[in-house]
Amino acid sequence: MDLRVSLVDGRLELKNPVLSAAGTFGSGLEYRPYGDITQLGGIITNGLTLRPCAGAPMPRVAETPSGMLSAVGTQNDGAEHFVKNVLPELPWQDVPVIPNLNATNVDDFSALASVLAGARGVAALEVNLSCRNDHRSGQLFCQNPVTAARAVNAVKRAAGSKPVIAKLSPQIMDIVEVAKAVEAAGADIISCMGTVQGMAVDVVTRRPMLGSVIGGLSGLAVKPLALHCVWQIARVVQVPVIGVGGVCSARDVLEFMLAGAHAVAVGTANFSDPDTIFRIIRELPVLCEQLGIDDLQAFRGSLKT
Amino acid sequence: MISPVRTELTVTDNVPFGQPVSGPAGIYRFYALTLERPAWKSWRPGQFIMLRPVQDSEGTTWARPLSICRVTSQSLVLFFRVIGTGSDRLSRLKSGDKVIVWGPLGTSFDMRPDTPTLLLARGVGIAPFAGYADMHPAPASLFMLFGHGLPSNNYPTDAMAARMEMENMRDRTPEELEHFHSVVREKMLEYKDHGGMCLACGPMPFLKRVWECALELDLPTQLSLEERMACGTGACLGCTTVTSKHWPDPVRAGLPVQTCTSGPVFWASDIDLHAVLPEERSL
Repeated sequence: MDLRVSLVDGRLELKNPVLSAAGTFGSGLEYRPYGDITQLGGIITNGLTLRPCAGAPMPRVAETPSGMLSAVGTQNDGAEHFVKNVLPELPWQDVPVIPNLNATNVDDFSALASVLAGARGVAALEVNLSCRNDHRSGQLFCQNPVTAARAVNAVKRAAGSKPVIAKLSPQIMDIVEVAKAVEAAGADIISCMGTVQGMAVDVVTRRPMLGSVIGGLSGLAVKPLALHCVWQIARVVQVPVIGVGGVCSARDVLEFMLAGAHAVAVGTANFSDPDTIFRIIRELPVLCEQLGIDDLQAFRGSLKT
Repeated sequence: MISPVRTELTVTDNVPFGQPVSGPAGIYRFYALTLERPAWKSWRPGQFIMLRPVQDSEGTTWARPLSICRVTSQSLVLFFRVIGTGSDRLSRLKSGDKVIVWGPLGTSFDMRPDTPTLLLARGVGIAPFAGYADMHPAPASLFMLFGHGLPSNNYPTDAMAARMEMENMRDRTPEELEHFHSVVREKMLEYKDHGGMCLACGPMPFLKRVWECALELDLPTQLSLEERMACGTGACLGCTTVTSKHWPDPVRAGLPVQTCTSGPVFWASDIDLHAVLPEERSL
């Protein structure tokens, strides 16, 4: 069965609709002992910033029912380090490598995009719009259609011919409005969703479970939220949508596609078992055959409501 | 570096150790879990595995990191304490159940046959020293000081006592715990004077005290750090520690590194536990 997905007029070709989600698959190299990473539809890398970033205080992760909280604080060695030391190690000729961009102001987004878009081996750029905007007293970029559009526009201008993916958070009043704004600002693809803010506490130590007190909730627990976001957005935008949030199985992939997603990204489930993404890719054609789906393009968005 | 593998293994035994004991965070229970031996090319004491039941409950997101206690020709033995829902689930595994295991993961303890070696263990931190004593070519050069707040029959000490000299110290009060720490320091001083080295495994507050002594006395010391881990592959960045200016790669000095891939065993002089464990978390 043909699982290929062609996006942005063929400028982003995926072997299949299953990518790794930002921050859950390292750079991709971490998972080489567990499977052939060139079999992925694409690798969305861990979050990168313009300058190296030490990240958030410990503890940074906590398990919650059917999910987890994390507050890593975008620990990374910076975009230059990624381009010089990590990218050459990745099999980018055989699998699209998509860096995830994080910044606290529009100028840094632009500079970051310049560093990454100019690098051989970068297939597309994903803009994390859940970043806090220093100039708007820490409000998330995507909390406001105007700031979301400015960030996307800044990356788009610096990205040259590389497709730009705008990643939205569900932590906003009207996700549809923001989706339309980033599309108008030039986003080639929308991915949704990022994590949902939450917290967990320990009654024995009387401390929060995370050093940063609050963190992002992800995993199976958020799948219904993510499906809802994808369904709302896919109906109103022309650009393709990548569904992210609680994907654990081939069935989940089909659920997101039924709701209108062109592809999905597997996140927290990569932590649960390093074989997860490889298993999903193995099982997807089998499940399609069982369900009598022979054309994923036709299946996509075919939800009867 | 030994490349890890992910395999499905069968549980061959899972036995409680000692009696359940009531403690400040609930009832403590200890288990020795035996699995069929994985097809690993090799492994080193101090390394760990990630483990989860194949039939896991739906609400469980993570596998659990467990030190490799011992590997025999037939089996892989793990030793753990029930502290939450994940380890409780592991305590209910029984012979014939299937588990997913990835490993062996991380770094291992240094083994120097001609160097007097002080092993400092506290609580379930005793686990990796069973395999260490098994594999050590000159166990006569080993001495273990084992501190524990609960009865010693909760821990697999008998097999270890047969292989090396060891001293058990139980503490029931904060004063007794402080006495244990003073004995730790005396022992470390003794090993410094005799050109020895020290290896330590246990909870983070204990390790921080050992780390402070190691730096003060300039005794070559390795610590096996304990941090919450989501993945064990180096991807989640949840288990990081901070390197010191002595870190072998100067570019990474003073920066975070993952405990699961750059550790769990670190030289004390290579890391900065003040940066990871501020005073309020040490209590």
